[in-house]
Formats: sequence, C-alpha cells, structure tokens
Amino acid sequence: MSATADRLARLLALVPYLLARPGVQISRVARDFGVTETQLRDDLRLLWMCGLPGHGPGDLIDLSFEGDTITVTYDAGMSRPLRLTSDEALALVVALQTLADVPGLADGDAVARALGKIEGAAGANDEAAARVTVAVDAQERALTSVREAIGSGRAMHLTYYAAGRDASTERDVDPMRLLFVEGRSYLEAWCRSAEAVRLFRLDRIDDVRLLDEPSQPPTDAAPRDLDGGLFQPAPEDPAVTLRLGPGQAWVADYYPVEDSQRQDDGGLIIILRVTDTAWIRKLTLGGGADVTVVAPSALAAEVRAEARSALAAYGD
Amino acid sequence: MSSRRAERLVNLVICLLSTRQYLPANRIRAAVPGYDTGGSDSADEAFKRMFERDKAELRELGIPLETGRNSAFDSEDGYRIARRDYELPEIDLQPDEAAAVGLAARLWQSAGLADASRSGLRKLQAAGVDVDGTSWLAVDPRVDAAEPAFAGCLAGVRARVPLAFDYRTPASDASVRREVEPWGVVSWHGRWYLVGHDRVRAAARCFRLSRIVGSVARAGRPGEVTVPEGIDLVAYVASEQPPRHTARVRIRRGAAAGLRRSGRVASGASDGEPGGEPDNDVVELDYNDPETLASRIAGYGAGVVVLEPADVRAAVVALLRAHAGDAEPARAPTP
Repeated sequence: MSATADRLARLLALVPYLLARPGVQISRVARDFGVTETQLRDDLRLLWMCGLPGHGPGDLIDLSFEGDTITVTYDAGMSRPLRLTSDEALALVVALQTLADVPGLADGDAVARALGKIEGAAGANDEAAARVTVAVDAQERALTSVREAIGSGRAMHLTYYAAGRDASTERDVDPMRLLFVEGRSYLEAWCRSAEAVRLFRLDRIDDVRLLDEPSQPPTDAAPRDLDGGLFQPAPEDPAVTLRLGPGQAWVADYYPVEDSQRQDDGGLIIILRVTDTAWIRKLTLGGGADVTVVAPSALAAEVRAEARSALAAYGD
Repeated sequence: MSSRRAERLVNLVICLLSTRQYLPANRIRAAVPGYDTGGSDSADEAFKRMFERDKAELRELGIPLETGRNSAFDSEDGYRIARRDYELPEIDLQPDEAAAVGLAARLWQSAGLADASRSGLRKLQAAGVDVDGTSWLAVDPRVDAAEPAFAGCLAGVRARVPLAFDYRTPASDASVRREVEPWGVVSWHGRWYLVGHDRVRAAARCFRLSRIVGSVARAGRPGEVTVPEGIDLVAYVASEQPPRHTARVRIRRGAAAGLRRSGRVASGASDGEPGGEPDNDVVELDYNDPETLASRIAGYGAGVVVLEPADVRAAVVALLRAHAGDAEPARAPTP
C-alpha cells in the first residue's frame, strides 16, 4: 500500500476506534495503530479540521483531550470502519484456517468461532480463501508426547538430532511452548544442558520421555522474539562471504544476511554471520558450483580438502 | 501524503457518506475544502485532474464509490458512497475469539499478506474489538510469503486468469516459459507452490514460487480458469512428495548422522560390498529427485559414498568436483 493510502486508511479508522473507546490513553492508540505519538497527534489535529459540508463549528469532528486520554464527542457520520478489502479478508481467513490446523492448539473452538464471524463480516465474496492454503504438518511423531508434556506441565527427556553438529544428542528440557514457524513445528524449551532457551524442530526429535518432575524453566527464560526471524546471529560471530549462483539465491531469503549484492549472472554475493561453520561446509559442498566460499580463505581451503578427499573414494 | 491532501480526502469521504443523492462534481468542488474553486479554464482543468486522482485513491482503499444520476434530467454523473456498502458489518467477538484473531494475524511475516493482515486487524479494532497482540496460547504461528512471485500468483488465482512465467527447473539453470491455469497457492513446509493446469504439458503441475524467474504475466482473461470441483490442493503438493526411488550409499561409522536417520541400514551389507570396509554401513535412502538427493549427500563430504544408482553417483561427483579446484567449472549433469 502506498504511504498516501496507508495514512488515509488510518485516518478513516481512527474516529470509529476512538468512538468505541471513550477516554482511551493516547499511548495505547499509537501502539494499536503502530505509529509514534507525534504522528498520532498530527493525525488527530488533521481530523479536527474535517467534517460535514458547511464546515461550521457543529459540523466538524470534535475531540476532547483530558490529560493523556482522548474522547470523540462528535463523529460527523464516521461511526463505523470501512469494510474489509478482499485482501484483508483473505489474509485473516487463511490465517485463522491455518491456526485451526496447527498442532498443539489448546482452544480450537475459539478459532472456529472467530473464523465464522470474520467470514460473516467479510461477506460471502471470497471463495479465494479456499484456494490459498498453508499446510500444517500434524504428522510429527513427537507431537503427542510434546503436547502431553506441555499440557501436564512436566519436564521431558529428548533424543534430538542436532543438524548443525550432525549428531544425535540426549538432553532434559523444560517445555515452554509450541511454535509453528515457516511451515515447521518447533518446541521451545529451556535446555538444561545448554542452560539456555532452545528451539527443537519436531521432526528432529527422535524420542521423547516424560519425566516425573515439573517443567520449571528459570523465571528469566524469555521466549524468543521471532520478529527478527528464526536464526538470529550475534554480531560477534565470524563473517563468511559466499557467492551464490542463481539456483541458490534462496539462501539469502532463508538466513539473515548482513550484505547482499546481485551479480551480472543473476547470482548473489552475500555476507552472513555464523556461530558454527559446519553447516556452511554442508551447504557449499551440496550446492556444487552454485555455492562457493569467497572468504575466509581457511574455510574455502577446508571445503576444497573435503571435496578432494570425498572424490578419492570414487577413484576420481 | 501532504496533510492538505489527506484532509481533503477525509472531507470527501465524509461528504459522500452524508449524501443520499448523487453529487455532481461541481457540487463536490464547492462542498469539500481544498479544491481550487477559481473560475478560469486552468482552474477547472486542475480541479478535474485532482478529482480524478482522489477518486482513484478512494477506490484503491476499497471504498465503494458509486456513480449515477438522480433523475433523467441530470446532465452529468454524480457520486455518493452508500453507507451499507462502506461500513463493516457489526462484529461481536468474545475475548477468546478476538485473541484467536490477534494470534492468527501474526501468521503473515514480512511481505505477502502481512500488510493486508495488519490493516484488516486495524479495522476490527476500529469496530471496537480489543485484540490483544500477546499470545495466550502456547502457540505462535509464523509463515513467510516473501517470494516475489507470490503477489502475481495470488492475483492470478483470485481473478482465475491464466498466467505465464519463466520457470527454472532444479536440474538446469536455463528457465523455460510456462503457461498455467492457476488453481491455488499452497505453503508446504515453508515453501510456496502454485498448483494448476500446465497448458504446455497438458497436465496438472506444481510450481515452486522461488523458481519463478522475473515477473508473472497474465495470459488470458479473468474468469477463464475453471478450478476442478473439490480439489485438495495440499494433497496435490504432498502427492508429489512420496519417494519413488531408492539409492544405496556407504556411510562411515559416526559420519552423516542426518543421512543415516532418514534411511535404513541394509543388514550385513558392508561385508559383501565391493570396496566395503568394516567401519562402514550400507544405507538405503528413498528419494524422488536425484539432484536433491545428490546435493544432500555431497554436503556430507567424505563420510558418504554413493554405490548406486549411477545418475546420483554422477551428480554427487559433479558437485564435489566443483569444489575440488578443477579448472573446468562443473555443473550438475542433467539426468
């Protein structure tokens, strides 16, 4: 949406929003609309100048400020928000449909009721929602046990395949929540061996055993903020520069890259920060000519040595 | 947007909502502050252009701007906004339902439907629904629809219009023009697919959105596409997944745990294999696409050797050669 349309949409929604909440805190309005308080005050000043044709004192939208709160005293006929556009209805309906399928959802009933009401409010104009589908894989074997552990508040023992290290690991964890991120289900838990919050992909959990003790994550164990994506490298992690052919450009979408430059052939040069270079070696070897390590040179040499040693087994 | 323009547009909406009659442009010009009311030809021209832009702006937002005449005596069209078409119907969500909507709206990440989801949520809030953004469930769903082709494919699905695009197959770098009657878009394990009827192959096909090169063009008229009754799109994408082939690989003890996990150890096989060594297992791997399997295997380097079939073996060798320092730039061979 253009900046123009975005602001107009906000202005049109503001009056009914305020009408429904007399005496609402200005800071809360700003938060709900995702704008700064300065921007919000600009918007309110603008609305104050708007009203019915004639634009006399009794025709204009009237707002009263009291301390940090605000109330609409005259709405000039703007009492309801605009209908949902077909994109808005689609986004919400598909999201609710997806949520209804997500494994581990405690209250599927509320989701189903909400879905019905949103579909009702959107009007029957959108058969397209049936044709946009987010598939949720509810077949993970570990799911039942993980759900049971969360439901009963018990700690559990996991046999987990750690892909980064390419090793099967054993550990006790205190479950926190189930996540469904980018098409996969994860258990978020406090890992007692790592003494940190970790995400465990359900399809990599090979065995689960419930323990006879309660799940007690430390009080300061914070759920991960997912807004930055699943992989959140630390700034002090070493930087790796890769050249990606056109076929491997997805890497740049999938992992947070620090810098990305498009090449003439449609490929990319990317810089990313990694804690552990094992998966870069795997990515590079598996990517063939489409993924090459540009820097550091020590890593490039490791990849070369590994490739030569692997080729030797083929008599090459 | 300049505040002046925003103010004019809000006033225009209020004005058109307040009238039952169709208002001709000249009455709107007088009633809404901000339009040039000068009498010169150039002022008339400026008003006309401005009003056209404003109408387009309202329609872009989905405001149902009606055009019509009040009687046969009117010489020109007038405008109004019917309140019942403009206003969101009453929606009364219980707290747990509102929380479900708030949680669902977080599904869309970054591009794709994220904007629409945010603005839709804002309208519900404006209708008095209190949506708590924090998760009350031990669930937090996220889906990314950042592929550039997403918007074009979604628009095609929605308008039921045939689409044309360049599509790159995994086996080669060259892309091929495809013409598809789109049935739907599906997110499967974090990747988006377009499902539809491929006009060139004359068969149903799935296309990975990330392999679409460049933009998605319309290749027909809206409404032209007929979606088969009762089609299960997910089953469609999933049905392309079950493995059809089996490869045999030799894995060094302690190596390639990830590969070992997804395969079956063939019993006692290491003794009888040509070149077999005591510290190895022979593992069978089911697969669909030899390129994808080769890429997985090559990633484990010297820990794994492909015994059969030959195409997977050759593909792995080609991938490894690309990194062994050969002068010839290796490409994976086309099977």
